[in-house]
Amino acid sequence: MSEIKIPTVADMQSKGETPEILFWVGCAGSFDDRYKRVTLAFTKILNHLGVNFAVLGPEESCTGDPARRAGNEFLFQMQAMSNIQLLDGYGIKKIVTACPHCFNTIKNEYPDLGGNYDVVHHTSFLQGLLDEGKLKVAGGDYKGKKITYHDSCYLGRSNGIYEAPRELLQSLDADLVEMKRCKTNGLCCGAGGGQMFKDAEPGNKEVNIERTEEALSTGAKVIASACPFCMTMMSDGVKNKEKEEEVIVKDIAEIIEESLD
Amino acid sequence: MTLIPQIIFVIVMAIPTYLIVRRIRQIRGNILRGRPLDRNDNSSERWKTMFLIAFGQKKMFKKPIPAFLHLLIYVGFLVINLEVLEFMLDGLLGTHRLFAPYLGDFYNVAMNFFEFLALGVLISCVVFLIRRNVIKVPRFTKPEMKGWPAMDGNLILIIEIALMIAILKMNAADQVLQSRDVAGYHETGKLMISSFLVPLIDQFDTGLVMLTERGAWWFHIIGIMAFALYVTYSKHLHIFLAFPNTYYSNLEPKGKIQNMDAVTTEVKSMLGMPVEAPPANPDEMGRFGAKDATDLSWKSLMEAYSCTECGRCTAECPANQTGKLLSPRKIMMDTRDRIEEIGNGKEEGKSLLGDYITKEEINACTSCNACTEACPVNIDPLAIILEMKRYVAMEESGSPASWNAMFANIETNFAPWKFAPSDRFKWAEDLKND
Ligand code: SF4
Ligand code: SF4
Repeated sequence: MSEIKIPTVADMQSKGETPEILFWVGCAGSFDDRYKRVTLAFTKILNHLGVNFAVLGPEESCTGDPARRAGNEFLFQMQAMSNIQLLDGYGIKKIVTACPHCFNTIKNEYPDLGGNYDVVHHTSFLQGLLDEGKLKVAGGDYKGKKITYHDSCYLGRSNGIYEAPRELLQSLDADLVEMKRCKTNGLCCGAGGGQMFKDAEPGNKEVNIERTEEALSTGAKVIASACPFCMTMMSDGVKNKEKEEEVIVKDIAEIIEESLD
Repeated sequence: MTLIPQIIFVIVMAIPTYLIVRRIRQIRGNILRGRPLDRNDNSSERWKTMFLIAFGQKKMFKKPIPAFLHLLIYVGFLVINLEVLEFMLDGLLGTHRLFAPYLGDFYNVAMNFFEFLALGVLISCVVFLIRRNVIKVPRFTKPEMKGWPAMDGNLILIIEIALMIAILKMNAADQVLQSRDVAGYHETGKLMISSFLVPLIDQFDTGLVMLTERGAWWFHIIGIMAFALYVTYSKHLHIFLAFPNTYYSNLEPKGKIQNMDAVTTEVKSMLGMPVEAPPANPDEMGRFGAKDATDLSWKSLMEAYSCTECGRCTAECPANQTGKLLSPRKIMMDTRDRIEEIGNGKEEGKSLLGDYITKEEINACTSCNACTEACPVNIDPLAIILEMKRYVAMEESGSPASWNAMFANIETNFAPWKFAPSDRFKWAEDLKND
C-alpha cells in the first residue's frame, strides 16, 4: 500500500489550507489499543479514496460525553466550549467520527453551546460513498459469511441510524443475520451513560454477557460493531465465553478496509 | 309525572362532577410545581405526534396481541360514551331512550354496534385479567407492582366488566318489557348480544323486570361517574393524559441531553466569555439537578401522572433485564407518589432521591433509551434519572468513586482514562509498525 498520510489541521493551516473533513478520532480511538486499529483502518480508507481530511492530533480533547452522562454538567460544558473554540478557530465545517458518543454529542449537543457542524458517523459517511459509487468493495473473505450487527444505542435509538451499517455489510454479500433484539429493540452493550468507567451495579448478569450470548446464538462468525464501547464489551463477552478462536468482533470500518477493491 | 328521579339524577351527577373537577385542579397544580420547560415550538409536529401515538396507538402495535385487545377497549370507550350522552339526556329530561324515535331503524343498528363493542371490551378485560393473574406476564409481576398497583390494575378491569354487563342486562330487560307491550318502552328491534340474556329475565314478573332495567341504568350511569373519579387517582389517568403528554413529547433526537443554561452562564463567565443574560436573581436559580420531585420539569411530572404502569420500559431496560435494581417504571411511579405527597402537604423532610429512588438505581442506567423507545405514550424516565445524577454529581459530589476519577482524568488529561494528552496522537506512529 502506498504511504498513508495523516495530516493534522494545524499542519494544514500552516500551509494556508483547511481540510474538507475533520476526522474526530475520539479518546477510545486515540488511546484504546483495540480501537486504535479501527482508527487506522478508517484512516486507510480515507487515504485510499483520496478524501481531503485532517485530524486534530494532540489538540483533540474529550467531547465531555461521559462527564455529562454521569451528571457532571460543568465539566461537560467546559470541555464542549473549549472544543468549540478550537474547531471554530480552524474553521471546521464537516466532522466525521468513528465514535457514536462523540457523534451524538457534537451533532446534537454542541449546537446549544454555539458549535454548529455537519457531523456524520463513519458508517453513514461510508454508506454515502458506497451509494455514490466511490467506495468499491469486493466480498472476498466475508462473502457468504454469517455476520451479525450489534446496534449501538447512540447510533440507533439515539439518532435513528440503523440502515447505514447494515447496507455496508450487505455490500460485501455477507450473510447478515439479525439478533432477536435488534434495531429499535436492540440491547445495549452495557457501557453507555458512563458505565464504561465504573463497575456495574449488582445484578445477576452483566449486560455484555447477555448480549454476547444473544449474538453467539445466531451462529455468526463475525460480530460487527460500530462503536468503541460496544467493541470492548462484545470482545470481553466473547472472551468470557471462550469463543475468541471462532468468533471475531470487528468494527465495520475494519471490515470495509479489508475488503477495499 | 313526578320530577323526583330527575332531581335525584342531578344530585347524583353533581357530587362526582364536583369531586372530579377538584381533583383535576389538584393534579394540574401538582404538575405546575415542576420547573419550567419550553415545549411549545413546532405545533404541527406536536399535533402529528399526538395523533399517531395517542389517538392512533402507533407504539402499542409493537406487541400485536395486547395492542388489539387494548384497541377494542379504547374504541369501546370512545364509542360507548356516545350512548352515555343519551343516558345523560334521559336522566335530565326524564325520558326513556330519547334518540330512538328520531333515529328510527338506525337506532337498532347503533345499539347493536354498541353491544358488539361492549362484548369486545368484556372479552378483552377478561383476557387482560387472565394475563395479569393467571399467566402472570412477567412485566406485571415486578416488585414495584406488588400491592396497590396490582389491585388498581385488576379493579379497573373488573369495573369495566361490571359496566358492560350492566349495559347488556339493561338492554335485555328492555327487550322483555317491549315484548310485553309495557307502555313507555320503545321498539329497539332485536339486540344481538343482550337477547341471549332475555330468557333469563323473562322468567320474572313485569315489576321486577322494570326494576332490573332501572337498576342497571342507574348502576351504569353512577358507575361511569365513579369510574371517572376513580381514574383520577389511578394509573388509568392515562386515558386522558396520554393526549397532552404525547403533544408535549420530546421531539429532539433521543440521544440529546437537555442543556443546563444556568451552567452555561457560569461556565461562560469563568472562561471570560460574554454572557447574554445573567440570571436576574441568583437565589432563584435553585439547585443543580433534581433531589426532589419539584426539581423536575413539569413535563416529567405530567409523565408521572400519564404512566400506565404497563412496564414495557422496564421489560426493555438492559439494567433491569440483568437483575439490577433499576426499573424505569418504578422511577415514574415513585415520582408520582412523591409529587402527590408534596401536593397533600405531607413532605415530612423526605425527598424523591434517597427516600424513594436510590443512587444504586440511577447509577445503573446506561442512557440507552430503550425505555423511551418502548413507552407507548412517549414518557422519558431517562430525563428524571439524569437530573438526579446531576444533583448527585454537582451538589453532593457523591458520584461513584470511579466516576469521580473519570471526571478528574477529563479535567487533567482531557480523556476519561489516565493517559498523557501528549500521547494522544501516538496511534499515527503505530501505523509505521503496522
Ligand atoms: S435509558 Fe436507563 S432506564 Fe432507560 S432502558 Fe436504558 S438503562 Fe434502563
Ligand atoms: S413509562 Fe411508559 S412504558 Fe413505562 S410503565 Fe409507564 S407507560 Fe409503560
